[in-house]
Amino acid sequence: MIMGVFRFSRKQLCIPYALFLVCFVVLPLAVIVYYAFTDGTGSFTLANLLSFFTNGNTIGTLCYSIVVALVVTAVCLVIAYPTAYVLARSGLKRGPVLLMLFILPMWINFTLRITALKEVLTLIEGNLSLHPFLNTVIAMTYDFLPFMILPLYTTLLQLDVSLLEAAQDLGAGPAAVFFRVTLPLSMPGIVSGVTMTFLPAMTNYVILDMIYNSTYIMGSLIGSYFNIYDWNNGSMISLILFAGICVVSVFTGKVDQSDLDNRGAIL
Amino acid sequence: METNIIELKNIKKCFDDTVVVEDFNLAVKKGEFVTFLGPSGCGKTTTLRMIAGFEFPTEGEILLNGKDISHIPPNQRPINTVFQRYALFPHLNVYDNVAFGLNLKKLPKSVISEKVKKVLEVVDLEGFEKRRISTLSGGQQQRIAIARAIVNEPDILLLDEPLGALDLKMRKEMQLELKSMHERLGITFIYVTHDQEEALTMSDKVVVMSDGMIQQIGTPEEIYNEPKNAFVADFIGESNIFEGKMTASMTVEFCNAQFPCVDNVPKDTRVDVVVRPEDVEITAPEKGQIRGVVDSTIFKGMYYEITALCGDNEVVIQNIRSAKPGQEIGMRIDPDNIHVMPAGVMMNVFDGIITKDGRVAFAGGNYRCDLTQLFEGSRLIREAAVLTADGEEVDLTDMEVTVEVPVKAVSMSDEPKEYRANGNIISFIYKGSHYNYTVRTATEDDFVLDEDDLWNEGDHVSLMIPEDQIILKRRQG
Repeated sequence: MIMGVFRFSRKQLCIPYALFLVCFVVLPLAVIVYYAFTDGTGSFTLANLLSFFTNGNTIGTLCYSIVVALVVTAVCLVIAYPTAYVLARSGLKRGPVLLMLFILPMWINFTLRITALKEVLTLIEGNLSLHPFLNTVIAMTYDFLPFMILPLYTTLLQLDVSLLEAAQDLGAGPAAVFFRVTLPLSMPGIVSGVTMTFLPAMTNYVILDMIYNSTYIMGSLIGSYFNIYDWNNGSMISLILFAGICVVSVFTGKVDQSDLDNRGAIL
Repeated sequence: METNIIELKNIKKCFDDTVVVEDFNLAVKKGEFVTFLGPSGCGKTTTLRMIAGFEFPTEGEILLNGKDISHIPPNQRPINTVFQRYALFPHLNVYDNVAFGLNLKKLPKSVISEKVKKVLEVVDLEGFEKRRISTLSGGQQQRIAIARAIVNEPDILLLDEPLGALDLKMRKEMQLELKSMHERLGITFIYVTHDQEEALTMSDKVVVMSDGMIQQIGTPEEIYNEPKNAFVADFIGESNIFEGKMTASMTVEFCNAQFPCVDNVPKDTRVDVVVRPEDVEITAPEKGQIRGVVDSTIFKGMYYEITALCGDNEVVIQNIRSAKPGQEIGMRIDPDNIHVMPAGVMMNVFDGIITKDGRVAFAGGNYRCDLTQLFEGSRLIREAAVLTADGEEVDLTDMEVTVEVPVKAVSMSDEPKEYRANGNIISFIYKGSHYNYTVRTATEDDFVLDEDDLWNEGDHVSLMIPEDQIILKRRQG
């Protein structure tokens, strides 16, 4: 009988990660859920949930955040796609070096980057508060652009040239090749790029704070509740955003799997 | 039926400075099944890509039904391709893949679905319309790739090693299927392969290529029975290749014996002799034209493969009867089965330049050699200067010369020396008693040489040349 011998199995390899998950994801989430459904005295309530949907200010901020995030994502995509396309497909000898130029700013602390941008914008516009929406879009686009370029670049780089040749061979001109083959096949890159830009763009209010911007997005709203120690309402808003993210992730995950056979972009 | 559907005239293709295809002339008749056959890197795929329009020829023209199409893009050519790795669109299902070309032509939906249905019947995949590409096996993907091309009813169907990714059994099946599809559809097929058996099985006409040039064009029978040179003989089927000499117009000497043959070549010409293993008859020792000793016998199912040593030469024989190693046998070869062809290169010729320390630089190396042969009766007075017979002093530095090195003089070494030319073995042929190698240097010069030992293709070697064997000639003009 071999009793009490420690048997090492592959399953045990996941223990460290499970611990990490419990400490830094599950527990904090539980705390948020607890606060979201209690009031100041600690007793159960749905008032926070109700106030989210009845408070016009909250709903307005949500809509505005979505608009900001949509615009930022669209601008990023419009800039990033051609850039990534040229870097990945035009056979430039220095392609990887040029890519570094676009990715390099990510290595600098973003507060430094935004401070620098603030100075530049001040120089051009004078008073930053005159164009709050424009500045929001510029600052966020500046910050999130690499996250859009990188997945697109990876996907476009992996694109099989023989597929493009096959399309040409079957009678497709340059435009048809792009819209019927290149674009659909780069969907995984677009999806991951959009995910990595859209969600942060809804919540990253620090950027706006730093450029003295009065624009109010979901992140700012949560921040303002927490600043006045209203943990309960702040937690409820966080929880609702989290639920939204879950829905979006499930949706994009499906696009990734069903539409494109294992061609997911790797970041 | 006798009209040429496509003609390639003096096609030359260079990538940067490297010549990939040269002197390519070919006419294909409507409805023919033509195969480009050759080892990898021989330019066959490049030629196919020029016909498809993915590459444009550097020189020469491609005529389709008499019209020059050399520089029009692939989407405007009535030619479709079956790609090596199928290149099916992973984001579309079987139906949309096959309908891709028809959709671009903006045909009515009902016509498209009718045509797709029909073509899927042709390739035996009815009912697969809604399937995703990733759920298909290699053979099925292959059929879809063919269906996607032929549904457009092209003038010419190009097939780029389409069976390369399939296993042996599947490949054999598809060969027959392609052949019968070709007969049913009446479309001209141009097929690229490195598999000689595939080429012989399927084609009406085979174009054997090597090193960017056509070696021979002919029917499978012609290519097999009447190879034009040693390369074709070696590449197609198995063969014994010997170096020989004509001793009379219809008599050739090889393996130290005289053989009557049917080729009328002038006396004393150096030739290569090709004999197929199945054409060597085994006789009693005293009845043979040559005698030999059996070295090994291998059972191959349908026949025995017997290797006999006849002096320095190895003779490979295929016979339905076995022979014991060590046994002495006689061998006879029917005059019809002796194929005499012009000998390969005997002399390597290069452009060289004399360096200031009196060496000759050519083909990426520099060798010491006898500079006095440039001026008759001269003698060397300094490293790179000679005194001619007339008493004139000539400084030879930077002089351009023609360098000739006999094939027999060159030998290979795997030990690099700074001053020696070096390169990779690009091909070799076994010639009964020795191997005949071609070595290509980084400067794109080819050395042809003979060696007794077996080296591998791709081996990096440096070339040794004794200095008294290098012949220098002054360049004219």
